[in-house]
Parts: sequence; structure tokens; C-alpha cells
Amino acid sequence: MFIRKSFAVNLGGIRVRSRCLCGAAAAGPSGSIRQSNHGQEQQCSGTSIAQYDIAIVGGGMVGMSLACSLASMPLTKHLNVAIIDSNPALVNGIRINKQDPPDPRVSTITPATTSMFRDIGAWQYLQPYRHAYFDQMQVWDYTGLGYTRYHARDVDKDSLGCVVENKVLQSSLLLCIQNADFQKRIFPSRLVSMSLNPGLKSKQMDGISSEISRADLAKLHLSDGTCLYAKLVVGADGSKSQVRELAGFKTTGWNYSQNAVICTVEHASENQCAWQRFLPAGPIALLPMGDNFSNIVWTMNPKEALDRKSMTEIDFVKTVNHALDHGFGPHPTSSLLGKGNIFSWFGAGVPTSGNGGFEIPPKVVKLASERMVFPLSLRHANDYVSKHVALIGDAAHTVHPLAGQGVNLGFGDAFALSRVIGEAIAVGMDIGEASLLKKYEAERKPANIAMMAILDGFQKAYSVDFGPLNILRAAGFHAANYISPLKRSIISYASGEQRLPLFT
Amino acid sequence: MASKLLHRVRAVSARLKYSRTLSPTLAAFASSRLLSDVAPSASTSPAPQSSGSSDKFEHNAKSSSVRSSLKDPELAKFSAIADTWWDSGGPFKPLHLMNPTRLAFIRSTLCRHFGKDPSSARPFEGMKIVDVGCGGGILSEPLARMGASVTGVDAVDKNIKIARIHADLDPVTSTIEYCCTTAEKLVEEQRKFDAVISLEVIEHVADPAEFCQSLSALTIPEGALVISTINRSMRAYATAIVAAEYLLHWVKEMAGFVYNPLTGRWSLSDDVSVNFIAFGTKNSQ
Repeated sequence: MFIRKSFAVNLGGIRVRSRCLCGAAAAGPSGSIRQSNHGQEQQCSGTSIAQYDIAIVGGGMVGMSLACSLASMPLTKHLNVAIIDSNPALVNGIRINKQDPPDPRVSTITPATTSMFRDIGAWQYLQPYRHAYFDQMQVWDYTGLGYTRYHARDVDKDSLGCVVENKVLQSSLLLCIQNADFQKRIFPSRLVSMSLNPGLKSKQMDGISSEISRADLAKLHLSDGTCLYAKLVVGADGSKSQVRELAGFKTTGWNYSQNAVICTVEHASENQCAWQRFLPAGPIALLPMGDNFSNIVWTMNPKEALDRKSMTEIDFVKTVNHALDHGFGPHPTSSLLGKGNIFSWFGAGVPTSGNGGFEIPPKVVKLASERMVFPLSLRHANDYVSKHVALIGDAAHTVHPLAGQGVNLGFGDAFALSRVIGEAIAVGMDIGEASLLKKYEAERKPANIAMMAILDGFQKAYSVDFGPLNILRAAGFHAANYISPLKRSIISYASGEQRLPLFT
Repeated sequence: MASKLLHRVRAVSARLKYSRTLSPTLAAFASSRLLSDVAPSASTSPAPQSSGSSDKFEHNAKSSSVRSSLKDPELAKFSAIADTWWDSGGPFKPLHLMNPTRLAFIRSTLCRHFGKDPSSARPFEGMKIVDVGCGGGILSEPLARMGASVTGVDAVDKNIKIARIHADLDPVTSTIEYCCTTAEKLVEEQRKFDAVISLEVIEHVADPAEFCQSLSALTIPEGALVISTINRSMRAYATAIVAAEYLLHWVKEMAGFVYNPLTGRWSLSDDVSVNFIAFGTKNSQ
């Protein structure tokens, strides 16, 4: 809401689809069927159309985590689930060679996500592969005016997060679902169109196949000609979600004028801390991966991104070290204005926790993977649910990677949705019912929007080089470093323990 | 004394009609005859055998559900009404909002009483339940999804038609038996059920005591009985609860229903001053 009010320009372009006629109240002689395939009822191959309780469109990390979560709960494990994704890895499996250096595509999963993975029984499949916990984090910027060091012991925890390659996450979820006693069928195909029947008026007798068209179900048409019915269609198909488009959900958002360069690098010794330095063009993050490897996520403007991608490896390593060390500005010292900490007037009673002094990140020795470039944007679906449809993960929201939160929001969605489905089954409700799906939306939307607003705020705050603002930001660093309750709250929120950034 | 009670109930129910935000719920029942009144007229004959082809929705107790023909103009007309009744954002929204909370109470009390596994998706498998005053089937359908063999009865034929159409959409709920009849008639037919549920009905009944007697007669020994009502005033509380508790001595567990207008949610609470639901069991004689 406040995002829309403050930033009126939507550079990303709102995709306005045909009006979404939710519920059964729509009148009209034609029956007002929500058919999003440009009016043509496609033929289905085969004689009978299979019916599923839930069709998960998108078998990525978030979609599979929903499937695993449903398989792990007694109330939902009897459900019949279809997973629609044309990625052959879902059928053939994902082979991971432990000797390979890490993939540049990684995710930082919060402790809250880790415990959810343990709850659904997927963590055990992840443990044999490379993954790195980190218990420290340092955040500073180019002005040299301040820094913050976070430590897991500030919140009495063992770690702040864990960095895992996406293919490891996907593989462990796939193994989890394969080994679960759960009715599922993988459709190696793409969703082309959906019919979301409005209700009783369109109930038809199909004389040809002698099958009564189910008026209370969604009908999906896939690219290979198969059709299926489902009570609930879950859109887990990423930021360019087909489900979101077909169901007519409007989105709000804009593109950041930034791209992210992503790669794996190697050090001379183990890196055990997460580092993030805000530079004038965008932040550079160095995330520990284990085995002396780290992952780089470097946000910058598109031209620089292209330059950095195409320059030689040696030059790239030099610029990375430069950016993490003396480049663009001096190292911060522990006090803001030279002598006399600005916060000394808080008094001796306030417990401070500066965890040691500022440290320089470990030097990068060589590049260990290809460099990938991604455009960054913010996008949020105005609604997450309507009758028979729910969106989770990037399909519902895309965020800036600067705090490593994106996929954690998606996992949070998946686990919340599976819980809501379980509660619905407990009271015998139809799982495609909009009012019940709204419960999931009411739970996740505020939390996701709050996170997006904060990340967007950071992104905007750090893209301006202006003296007074620099000092304000530095004051923010100092506050976060030295005021324990604030620091605890920040860590708690970023770890996923706290749902909203409130001081409760 | 009984006539004074009756007099007060009639006065209260006359005042209750059309006077509250929950009037859509009432409206469905307000047009109905009070359950203990004169037998319904011939057009809505409750006889189980279907009489004449015009009334396609009468339901034989033994037969499976009747699929209606597409050409029937009645189907179209009732489909439209059913859509509105079942639209959870439509005129019956308060009822739809309240439903999950009622079901949670029923599920927990019945599972506990009958020793069923509460984490099962179909805990009522094998149980026979009757929903007295079923309306459009808002309670009957979830009960069927929870595995029960459900019979839904309502004195208003329109409601039964709506319920039948909607239940036939899903194979799981199409097994529900709907009859346009009264609790008293079921007693005469000597029907027995493991659980008898009557929600938001007793406040419309002319003689709550007699109504409770009928409900009790429908319950097997050691069966369960669940009644809920809107407590509009101390008098409503008095009439309904006095009838149930002190005359029949069966209430074991009572919970209040509280509505939070900010969140739009109903929840169970100890506050019985607005709306409450009560569960009891019938002791074997």
C-alpha cells in the first residue's frame, strides 16, 4: 500500500489481464467462464481427464517444498498432487558431483527455513552435500563512517544462516518427495491455459466422453495436450508466473536500474563470515560456502555489469578485492566523529555489543565459476489468491537480493499454505475455497510486503551519495552495532524468527 | 408455566426477525415454518418416495443421489440461487465466516467422545450424523468430507433443492441424503443417528423443550448432540438453555462464539453472551 503511494511510476509495467471474475456471483448469459486461453477450448488428448486435489505448477525449490510439506503432515498426506514442470531433472533426478566447485546460484537460508526443512524431513538429504553455516556478519559502506558486526551469539543462536547451492536444495527436496509415501505425479510439460469455472451455471454434460464436466474444479491444459482437473492450482512458477498471468492477477513493481553479477570465488583459507559492503553503485556481498569457497553477489548498473562479466578473470579478481577492501573509500573506524562516540550519551547503563573491531574480508585468490548476470526488479502480486488459485514464492513477490531473503519468503509461503490447507481439511472444507485461501494471504502478505518495503528502502537509501544521508546511514550502522535490543531485533527478523519488524 | 415460556419465546422470536446483521441467516429460516408446527403442505411432501416427475429432487432414503437433467428449467433457476447461497462473499457471508469455527468445535468434541483420531483427514468414517435445519448444506458437506454418512433435513424445500444441487458437484458430498422434513417426522420414522447436530435452529422453534426431546430421540444411546444458538438477550439464553440444560440435563461442554469485527473472524471463547454452541451426550437409560 505505502509502496504504491510513494512510488507512482511502475517501470516494470503492470500486466492488466482480463478481469478476474472471482466467485460465483457473476451474471451473464455466456456463463462468464474464466477461460484464459483467448476463448478457445482446447482439445484434450486421452479419453478420461485425471483429477487431482492440488496441481503445483512449477517444480522448483518453492513448489517442491510445498509438496514435501503436504507429504509430511498427517492431515494432508492423503492428497493427490500433480507437479507440472518441463524440467527433465524432476523425472531423471539431479546428479551432484561433490568434487565440482560450487554453482554460482546459491541461496542463503535463514534458521527459520532450516528448521522448516527439518520438520518436513528434507534436511537429511541436504547434509551430505556442501553447505556452510555462518555465525558472523559484517555490514559497512564506502564512506568509512561506520560498520556493524552481527554475531549469532547476540541472539543466543549457533548460526545466522546457511549458504546452500540451489541445485543441492532442489535435489534434497526431490529426494524427500520421492521417498515419501505420497501420491504425486510429475507432468513434464508446461501449463498453456486454465479454465476456472465460476460455479453451477456452467455445469455441462459432455455427451462425447460421457463424463460430467466438474463444475467445482479448475481445468488445466498442458503443452503436450494432456488435461487435468484440480481443486487447487498453486502457482510456484517463478517471477514470470504463467499461473499468475492466466488467473488475471495484477502486479505492482518496478525494475531496479541494477543488475547482479554472481559467481563463485576461492580463498586461501576458510571464510566463515558473511560480508556486505554498500558501494556507490550497489552492494557487494561475499557469502561463505565451505571448502574455502565463497559466493559473490555484486549489484551494479547494467553497463558495469557487462564490463565486469567480460573482463579477464585476473582483472575481475582484482576489482573484487578492490571493492571489498580500499576501493571507493576508507575503512571505517569504530567511532563516528573521531573522538567521542556519538552514542556515549546513552549512558553507561546501556549494554553495548560491538563485537570486536572492523575486519577486512579475506582476499579472493581466484575465480571458481562462470560469471552470471541477472536484472533486478521488485514485483508484487496485488492478490495472492482467488478461487482455486494460490501463488507462492517469486510468482507472488520478487525482491532485491541485498539481504538474501527472497527464497526464504517463498519457503515461508509454502509452509504457510500447506498449514492452511491442513486446517481446511480438518474442518472438511473444500481446499479450493477462496475464503480459506484468503487466510494464507492474510498471513503472508503483510510479512512479505514489510520485508519488501525494508529491502526497497535500503536499496533506495544506499543509492544516493549525499553527505547528510551518508552520516545518517552511518548512524544507522552504529546504532545497529551498539544498541543490543535493536541488533537483536534485526537479527531475529532477518533470521526469519520474527515475522514482522516490530519491537514486541 | 409452560405456556408462559412459550409466550415469551414467541415474543422473542417475533422481535428477532429481520433485526440483526445476521438477518440473511434468519431470512433463510424466517420464511420457514417453525419446526414443531403444522405439517408442511403437499407441494413439499416429505415422503421419501418420489411422487411425479416434476419434483426431481425428492430423495429416496435408500437410493443414491439423483442427477438432474440439463433441460430442466428448475435446474437453472435453483443453480442461480444456489450460487448466491454458497458465495462466501455474498449475502450469507456471516454464516460462511462462522462455519469453520463451528466445525472445529464439532470435530474436537465428537472425536473426543467417539475416540476418533483427530489427526485423520476422515475421522467420522462409519458414523451416521443428521444435520437438523441444514439450510443449503453448509454444515453437511464438511461433515461428509470428514467421512460421515450425513442426512440433512430442513423444513424449507428451497433449501433442500439448493443443498442437493451443490452437493452433487463433488462425488464426496453427493452421498449426502437430503430430505425436506422435520425432526419430529424423523422420530416417527424411528431414525437413529450417532450424532445429532442442530445449529442456529432452536431460536426459531416454537417449543424448544419439545424440539430437544425430538433431537434426543434421534440420538442412539451414548450418542452425541450438538446445539448452537444466537444469544440475543438474556431471555434467549434463558429459553434455549433452560430448555436444554435444566429440562434434559445433558450439556457437557459449552463454548461461546465471539466475532471480532476487525479481523472478520469468529473464534471460540468462554464468552457465551452472544452466540454459543453446546455439546452433550445421551446417557443410555
